[in-house]
Amino acid sequence: MINEIKITKRKKRNQAIAFWIFRLLSYSIVAILFIILSFIVYKGASVINWGFITKMPEEGMTKGGIYPAIIGTLCLVAGSMVFAFPVGVLAAIYMNEYVKDGIIKKIIKQMTNNLAGIPSIVFGLFGMSLFVNKLHFGDSILAGSLTLGLLALPVVIRTTEEALKAVDNTFRQASLGLGASKWQTTSKVVLPIAFPNIITGLILSIGRVSGETAPILFTVAAYFLPKLPTSIFDQAMALPYHLYVISTSGTNIEESRPIAYGTALVLIIIVLIANLLANGLRKYFGKKVKMN
Amino acid sequence: MLSSSITSLTVVLIVVFLFKEGIGLFNQKPVEPGYVIAINKNNKVKELSSVQLKNIYDQKITHWSEVGGTHDSIVLFQLEDISNYYSDEQIGDNMQNLGSCMSRLVDSLPNIIAFFPDKYLDKKFQGTLLEVDKVTLHDFFAGKEWIPTAKPSAQLGVLPLILGTLWVSLGAILLALPLGLAAAVYMSEIANERVRRIMKPLIELLAGIPSVVYGFFGLVIIVPLIQKTFDLPVGETGLAGSIVLGIMALPTIITISEDAMRNTPRAMKEASLALGASRWQTIYKVIIPYSISGISAGAILGIGRAIGETMAVLMVTGNAAVIPHSILAPVRTIPATIAAELGETSNGGLHYKALFALGCILFLITLFINLTVEFISNRQKHNKH
Repeated sequence: MINEIKITKRKKRNQAIAFWIFRLLSYSIVAILFIILSFIVYKGASVINWGFITKMPEEGMTKGGIYPAIIGTLCLVAGSMVFAFPVGVLAAIYMNEYVKDGIIKKIIKQMTNNLAGIPSIVFGLFGMSLFVNKLHFGDSILAGSLTLGLLALPVVIRTTEEALKAVDNTFRQASLGLGASKWQTTSKVVLPIAFPNIITGLILSIGRVSGETAPILFTVAAYFLPKLPTSIFDQAMALPYHLYVISTSGTNIEESRPIAYGTALVLIIIVLIANLLANGLRKYFGKKVKMN
Repeated sequence: MLSSSITSLTVVLIVVFLFKEGIGLFNQKPVEPGYVIAINKNNKVKELSSVQLKNIYDQKITHWSEVGGTHDSIVLFQLEDISNYYSDEQIGDNMQNLGSCMSRLVDSLPNIIAFFPDKYLDKKFQGTLLEVDKVTLHDFFAGKEWIPTAKPSAQLGVLPLILGTLWVSLGAILLALPLGLAAAVYMSEIANERVRRIMKPLIELLAGIPSVVYGFFGLVIIVPLIQKTFDLPVGETGLAGSIVLGIMALPTIITISEDAMRNTPRAMKEASLALGASRWQTIYKVIIPYSISGISAGAILGIGRAIGETMAVLMVTGNAAVIPHSILAPVRTIPATIAAELGETSNGGLHYKALFALGCILFLITLFINLTVEFISNRQKHNKH
């Protein structure tokens, strides 16, 4: 009897120790995140002001703002989404609503997974050899957007598929039962219900695309341009590339540090907004659907 | 229909473009185009490998006997050395006589090896032009040096790059796995729903931070920290890369292993608890063994992320292309090499193709990792039925 109590006590003690270790390690991950964020916010906040985001860089990147880099990133995000969003959503609709389970679906799925696993620098190589050299787009917003679009494609396809799968089958059956065609069912019933989740995916992929550096290194990014891009065949500056060059290979690394902190903060803010927006939308629409 | 096949099409196109350029490397000679390597006509040596050439010009090989010739010492010649042999008047104002000077020079020195542009090759040139082997698979994979701009012969050994990549990624996973697993266990089995709901988006945020920001953070915080702690001349080391990559691999490991653990059937957990096991015993005797394939999938995928990561590594590892001997030495990874060097290459040249060949290696490694993960998770599904 006494022995059993001892064993139980030891078991409890072991469990308590183990749980505390796990809790501590988990909190340390959160701590890492907060260290990174607070460090960049602390250093970058004093740099960011209206002038910083609306002025051109001055004096060899040591003064002035990052306006052209912001504009460049906006162009690239818009360009890549114009390509990836419709293509990705259509692909997901086709996969989820039209193709029957079988070998073809399996292959397409496998290929999408493979595409998602390819390192971003390989996308950069590919974009350079196909868009820049083979198709003669040159270093341009077009080449960069297409490269980034391909990179974002698996994300868009996956989130859209998840969204479509989440639509209850009874909706489809009801619509088909009322005599609607397959396409009518998809476009009038399934898509509107899945729409909020699809948008969430779109926002997340915007967050991802805006921070990618490796794919744009050789397809669009420029160290410094005195003018804003005027067409899709122009080169552009971009926020992540800007942060990379001024923190590693600029001529005045020390003097341009404040600018680097500011740029990093702007990037973090973009990602933060994308994440918050996506989470907010998910919650908001989640509740709305339940209420119905 | 068309849009759904676009991913497949893209993968195929990537393979075609990457491998077309990459394999083209093995049709090229490592000597700069437009240049010749000439020796005296009485010299018996007919062929030199790229490594031998480099060693000759680095003066590690100093006698012809070491490459199959006579016992004489080698006389090195590059175009810059011409003024040691001929005066400016002899060469002519516009180098118009350089060709004949070269002929005479190679003729008169029996032990010379000369590296010069082929436009200075005279019609009456009497020496032997050396054949240099094409780049071979063996040179490429077993070569210990990566100096693509070396003259007269580029050294394209990827061994240091492959080892560097694995070295940094292995370090990353060793750091990330215990942390990530602990967090996954905590989130799926220990924490209450409220804590979980807070932690989940935070982990997602960690995954969302751009790699260049991680690199920047590593550069301004981790690199100086390592330099001070270990009293090193530079802080850009493999260890810095491993730490940054470890942080970046955390979200992948956590999300996938947490999913796997949550999929443990309720009946199994409850049976264990009903038999008198504590929650902790249930975790390490039932849940972890049950979800081990999911956990390993997460770990492998984490390694895959680390291997392919470019910007963060490029910024913190110091990029020295040498075979790593310690975690406190600078290393260079495959993606970082591509990112750092592609900008300097000429389109279609040897160096350009070599970088595409590196891209092929990277592609194959990550493809292998993806397929392995796929295989593991398929087997897991299979086991459940």
